[in-house]
Amino acid sequence: MDVWKADVAIVGAGGAGLRAAIAAAESDPSLKIALVSKVYPMRSHTVAAEGGSAGVVQAHDSLEHHFHDTVAGGDWLCEQDVVEDFVARSTEEMVQLEHWGCPWSRKADGHINVRAFGGMKIERTWFAADKTGFHMLHTLFQTSIKYPSIRRFDEHFCLDLVVEDGRVQGVVVVDIASRRFTLIQANAVILATGGAGRVFRENTNGGIVTGDGMALAYRHGVPLRDMEFVQYHPTCMPGTGLLFTEACRGEGGFLLNRDGYRYLQDYGLGPAEPTPRNKAMELGPRDRLSQAFWYEQQKGRTIDGPHGAVVHLDLRHLGEAKLRERLPQIYELAEEFLGVDPAKTPIPVRPAVHYTMGGILVDGRCAAPLPGLYAAGECSSVGIHGANRLGSNSLAELCVFGKTAGVEAAAFAKSVAHGRADVLLKQAGASQQRALALVTDTSGTERIATLRKEMAQSMEDGCGIYRQADTMQATCDKLAELRERYRRVRVEDTSSVWNTEWLLAIELGYQLEVAQAMAWSALERRESRGAHQRLDGYGERDDVNFLRHSLAYHAGADAPRIGYGDVKITRSAPGTRAYGAAGEQAEKAEQERAAQPGPAGEAHRG
Amino acid sequence: MADTSDTGKRMRIEVLRYRPEQDAEPFLQGYDVPYSDDMSVLQGLQYIKDWLDGTLSFRWSCRMAICGSCGMMIDGEPRLACKTFLRDFPAGSVRVEALAHFPIERDLVIRMDDFLAKLESIKPYIIPKEARSLAQGEYLQTPAELDVYEQFSSCINCLLCYAACPQYGLNPDFVGPGIMALLHRYNADSRDGGASARMEVAGSEAGVFNCTAVGYCSEVCPKHVDPANAVNQNKTRAAGDYFLRLVTGKGGAK
Repeated sequence: MDVWKADVAIVGAGGAGLRAAIAAAESDPSLKIALVSKVYPMRSHTVAAEGGSAGVVQAHDSLEHHFHDTVAGGDWLCEQDVVEDFVARSTEEMVQLEHWGCPWSRKADGHINVRAFGGMKIERTWFAADKTGFHMLHTLFQTSIKYPSIRRFDEHFCLDLVVEDGRVQGVVVVDIASRRFTLIQANAVILATGGAGRVFRENTNGGIVTGDGMALAYRHGVPLRDMEFVQYHPTCMPGTGLLFTEACRGEGGFLLNRDGYRYLQDYGLGPAEPTPRNKAMELGPRDRLSQAFWYEQQKGRTIDGPHGAVVHLDLRHLGEAKLRERLPQIYELAEEFLGVDPAKTPIPVRPAVHYTMGGILVDGRCAAPLPGLYAAGECSSVGIHGANRLGSNSLAELCVFGKTAGVEAAAFAKSVAHGRADVLLKQAGASQQRALALVTDTSGTERIATLRKEMAQSMEDGCGIYRQADTMQATCDKLAELRERYRRVRVEDTSSVWNTEWLLAIELGYQLEVAQAMAWSALERRESRGAHQRLDGYGERDDVNFLRHSLAYHAGADAPRIGYGDVKITRSAPGTRAYGAAGEQAEKAEQERAAQPGPAGEAHRG
Repeated sequence: MADTSDTGKRMRIEVLRYRPEQDAEPFLQGYDVPYSDDMSVLQGLQYIKDWLDGTLSFRWSCRMAICGSCGMMIDGEPRLACKTFLRDFPAGSVRVEALAHFPIERDLVIRMDDFLAKLESIKPYIIPKEARSLAQGEYLQTPAELDVYEQFSSCINCLLCYAACPQYGLNPDFVGPGIMALLHRYNADSRDGGASARMEVAGSEAGVFNCTAVGYCSEVCPKHVDPANAVNQNKTRAAGDYFLRLVTGKGGAK
C-alpha cells in the first residue's frame, strides 16, 4: 500500500469539497491538501443543481428575513445560531464566486439578478440561467487549479477512515483504474460526499449519490442527525425522477391537476393569483407541495401516466422567449426526454426524492464529535435545514460551510502531529482486506441489483411523503433482512481495472446502513414536522416531546440506536408555519406580538 | 428478473468490450435488452450491468446531460448515452463503443488525463483585469458582456468534440476544441485580463492552427457550445499576436 502524507484530506470534490480545499489552501499555502473524489470533480452531483443559491442583496430584504424564512421553512428544527451565521455569510460567498468567474445572470445595469424561490419572502436566489450548480461547480473546480498545494486524487474511491488514538488520522482510498490502495495520512479529514437519495426508488440524484461519507462516519461512531427528514421535490420527471427546477415556478409556472385547476389553493397556500406571490401557491415550500400532490392523488384528481400519477407543470403562459432565456435546460429536458414543448404543452411531473436534510452530526464549525473529523454540504447536518430545506439554501450552504470546514480543518491539522505510519498502515491494511473480500470470496449468491431494488422500493413504501408505523416497521424489517443477505452479495467481476461492480457492492453496503438510519429515525419520531408526515395518529407537530434532533448511532449488525439532542433556539420561538394569505396574517400577528414586552423565545425551548 | 416493465420489444446492444487483464484486443459482445420508447442507451447499458452481465464497465452519473460522464460512440457517432434514446434505432440494434481518439482503459471507459492536463495548462480561472475586494461587491457585467462568453462556459467536458475532431485523432498534442472553448471563455470575460498569458497555449504548436475547420466538433456538442467558433476567434487573435511580434518584437505573449 502506498502512503501519501497530507495535512488535510478531503473526501468528495463537489461544491463543498472544492470550496473547503480552496479555503484550506488559502488559509496556509504550506499545507498539503489531498482532494479525493470517486469521479472527476466536475462530475460531482452539485452539477445537477438548477435553480439558484440564496444570498440577501436587495435593499428591501434583510438577513432577518432570510433567517426567519429558513427557520420557519425548517419547521423550527434548525440550529438557529448556525442559521444566523449562514445567512450573514452567504452573500459574501456568492460575491466570491462572482469574482472567481461564475456567470451569474445579470440585470441590465450589470448587477447580478435574483429570482423568487419557494418559501422565501423576498427574491434572493442568485442564478446562472437554470444551470446554477453546473456553473458553481465548474467555477470552483477550475479555480481550484490555481492552488498548487491541492493534490487531487481523481477517480479514487474512499473505503474507510483511519481512527487511531481517539482521532481521525487519515483515509484509505483505492485508485479505480488500477486498484492500487493508498493510505492518505492526514491530521484532519473533511467529508463532503453529498447526500444519499439513491436509497429511494424514484429520485433526482445521480448514480454516485450513495451516502458514502455518511456511512463512513457512522461506522466510526459519529451519529447521523435528523435522517428521517428526506425531501421530496414536487416537480420531477415521471419514471426517471429527473428534476424540473423550482425556478420554473419562481418564474411564474403553475401546477394544475386533471381538471386544469391550481389545486394548491385547497391546501392553505392560496389565494391563486395570476402572477407569483412569494411564499404562496406554487412558491410554497417543497414539503407542502409534495404533500398536496399526495392528497390530490388520494382524491383521484391527478392524471394517470405510464410511470404513475402526475400533475401538470404549466409554463405555457411564460412564452418561448422567456423560457429559452431563463430555463433553457428545462426546455431541452422536456423536449428531448419527454417529447414535450413546454411553450405549447404542460409538463407531466410528480414528486421524487431530492435531498437528505440530515447527515453527519457537526457543530457550527463543521466539526464532528470525533476529533479531526469535519463535514460540509449535504452529507453533513450542520443544522440549517431542520425538517425541510428551502430551495437555494443548499448551494449557498456548500460555499459557506465548505469554507468553514476548510479553515477549521486546516487550523486543527496544524495543532497536531502525524501519528506513526506503521500503526495506521496496519489498520488501513485491514480495511483493504475487508474490501477485497467482496471479490475474492466467490461463494456469494445475492445479486447486487436485486438487493438495491428491494431496498429502494422498501424505502419508498415505508418512508415516502406520508408515513405510518406499520409500513415503516416493515421497511426496518426489510432492511435488516437485506443487510443479512448482503453478507452473501455476489461480485462476478474479479478484475482489478475499473471494476465498477465491486464498487457498486461497496456502495450498496453504505446505502443499506444509511437507509436504516433513516427508517429507524422516522419510526421513532412520533409527530409530524416538515418532511416527516405521519398518518397514524401523530399528524401534528409535538414540540413538547419532539422539538429535538434525532441521532442515529451505528450498532454493528443490529438496528441503529436512536437518541436525541437539543435544538438551539436563539431568536425565533416555534410558531405556526403558514403560507399564502394565512401566512401573511400569521406574520402580522407575530409582529404585533413581538411589539409587546414579554419572555424571549428561549423559554419555549424543548 | 427484469427491472423494466416488459413491453415485448427487444434491442440488440452490441458493446465493444476490452478488459486489459484478459483480452488481447477489443471485441464486440451483443446483449438483448427489453426496452420501452422512453429508455435511453444509458438505461440499456444499466439493464445489462444489473441483470445480464455485471462485468460491463462504463461511466455515468447524472442521467440528464449535465455531468458529462457518459460520452461514447453510438453507431459510430460521439454522443451522450443518457440523451440518446433506443427508440431512435428502428432496425433493432445499436453499436456502442468507447469514445474515439482516446486510449481505452476498459470497455467503454477511456483515459482522459490528457484532457485534464490540458485544462490545467490554460489557466482556466479569472486573472482579474482589476483587483476588487469582496467588500466592494460584484464586478459589473452587462447581459451583453455575459453573452459574449456564456455559451463557451457551458462546456460540460464530455469530450465528444475530441472524438469528433480528426486533427486530435492524428495529433493528440493538439489542445483541441473543448479546451479552446474554455480558454476563449476566460479570454472573452470582461472581468479577465489574462488573455496574453493564455496566448502561449492558443498560439503554440499545439494550438489553434492545428484546426482544419471541419466543424464536426460543434455539430456533436450536446450543449451548443460551438467550440469551432472559439477556435476561429482565437485563430484571428493568435494571428494578430504573431504579426505584432514580427513588427515590434513583442507580442501579447510573454
